[in-house]
Amino acid sequence: MKDQVELVSGNRAVARGAIDAGCRMYFGYPITPQTEIPEYMSTVLPEMNGVFLQAESELAAINMVYGAAGTGRRVMTTSSSPGISLMMEGLSYLANAELPCVIVNVMRGGPGLGNISPAQGDYFQAVKGGGHGDYRTPVLAPWSVQESYDLTRTAFDLADRWRNPVFILLDGLLGTMMEPLRAREPVPERPAPSWAAAGIFARAANDQAPRSIYTLHMPEGSLTEVNRRLQAKYKEIAREEVSYDEHFTGDAEVLVVAYGSVARSALQAVRVARQQGRKVGLFRPVSLWPFPEEALRTLSEKVQRILVAEMSSGQMLEDVRLAAAPSCRIDFLGAMGGELIYPETILRCLQEE
Amino acid sequence: MAVLFARPQSLTEVPFRYCPGCHHGLAHRLVAEALDELNLREKAVGIASVGCSVYTNEFFNCDTIQAAHGRAPAVATAVKRARPECFVFTYQGDGDLASIGMAETIHAAARGENISVIFINNACYGMTGGQMAPTTLPGQKTTTSPRGREAAREGNPIDIMKILDALEGPAYLSRVVLTSPGKQAAAKKSILRAFRTQMKGLGFSLVEILSACPSNWRMTPVEALHYVDEVMAKYYPPGEVRVAKEVLEG
Repeated sequence: MKDQVELVSGNRAVARGAIDAGCRMYFGYPITPQTEIPEYMSTVLPEMNGVFLQAESELAAINMVYGAAGTGRRVMTTSSSPGISLMMEGLSYLANAELPCVIVNVMRGGPGLGNISPAQGDYFQAVKGGGHGDYRTPVLAPWSVQESYDLTRTAFDLADRWRNPVFILLDGLLGTMMEPLRAREPVPERPAPSWAAAGIFARAANDQAPRSIYTLHMPEGSLTEVNRRLQAKYKEIAREEVSYDEHFTGDAEVLVVAYGSVARSALQAVRVARQQGRKVGLFRPVSLWPFPEEALRTLSEKVQRILVAEMSSGQMLEDVRLAAAPSCRIDFLGAMGGELIYPETILRCLQEE
Repeated sequence: MAVLFARPQSLTEVPFRYCPGCHHGLAHRLVAEALDELNLREKAVGIASVGCSVYTNEFFNCDTIQAAHGRAPAVATAVKRARPECFVFTYQGDGDLASIGMAETIHAAARGENISVIFINNACYGMTGGQMAPTTLPGQKTTTSPRGREAAREGNPIDIMKILDALEGPAYLSRVVLTSPGKQAAAKKSILRAFRTQMKGLGFSLVEILSACPSNWRMTPVEALHYVDEVMAKYYPPGEVRVAKEVLEG
């Protein structure tokens, strides 16, 4: 098992990451380009005494996640953009109830039914909150099949550590492309956390009071208090869970900022630009929330220009603008409706001062 | 001195806040008595829903999870599959179960999920002030059918028993009323059968309780009681609609 390298898709890597993290419960629904995940789970989970259920909709799936998480099980759901929209109600409830779980969006072209090509148009939805209310979820963005596996495993630990839903953003390219995966030693499912509602009989003799997982807080001041507690938690997460990746930034005068599969094109463009003698670097946020503001701020003070490349109309662009030094010039290279961003396109942008 | 009547163990000491004449109080009591009699309280996880039922997590003395509007059967599905040794029941109103939650209701029933649904049908949206529900009767005036429900304008009502009886999944379906002590006793028998259905692993069980809502029907509690018997029960006939034979055995 160890040292074994397999050629798999990003979708498969996500599924394997979940299983290797001890997740034995999966609820999902078919939608391109991530259907491979529920299909794989439907084969594998029953063999491991796990639970796979194709829900009647994504709406039902996220509520099943809520139920399973409430009883203290590790649980995941995956979907793509239109299906993720259906999950936003559930996400708001999960955030209020502070239930750990992992939600994966393999992004496709939108808005509306859109198309089935890769896109990064759901950044706002994931990072700024697509569900109602003042909540946050950590958002992780892998850029390779290996990282899709690794970050999925990390996501479960993060979810437990902070008692929070954790989002993973892939795109259709990352989900379907195939690369080598080196899986790590799997772990069994961890026992139910102390707060879980799995029946009075599941608890110790001195812990027999009934407990409730709920999100309605009507008594005066109670919801304010819940929100304060959540915000305090989010502040801590923001301090502790920032992650990013840098290439050739040491002496860079121009910085490309990109995440996910676009960062792969960006890295290629940066390498060629370096060969051409240009001092270009790549800054790749891995945690989209919390956004690596400080690191980007520091870099922005040293470079002359930032080029943000995103398969959207400019969503992460806004967070880059917020984080960067006011004096730094920020350019944008976007692609919408399922269009890809090729290394040559980024390179051309870098060449046009 | 013998104690002949007490609060069931499965109810907390929190006073109910339901309206005078509301049948939620009775329904809660019967459910709690059933949980007590079958020794289910400690392994129970009740799924509260949205409506006046949103407060059930304060009244039932067992673990509870409050679901989003309509989603209780999906939440219950996952809870039961996550913790099969738990006894999982939902407590839902008609807007929750038959309107926004219709898909979750039908699919949990179709899949034959081993959960028990307590369905409180008062033919309106109680909590929000008496709007029309899928179960609102023809001619019934509500705040969103002020001229009285008419098929051409507001569409026809839905009979949940008929819909679920078309599926193979359910093992126990019944409809009851609480309009007299005798009928309450029969209702409790029905609830016990539904709970036993789950305990025996036979599949999906649902008890529909036609209930009075004096506040929103703009009636006195006694008038509302008569309305259940004389109008509602004529349109939605009480009775056991489906009983898997193993439910009746031992």
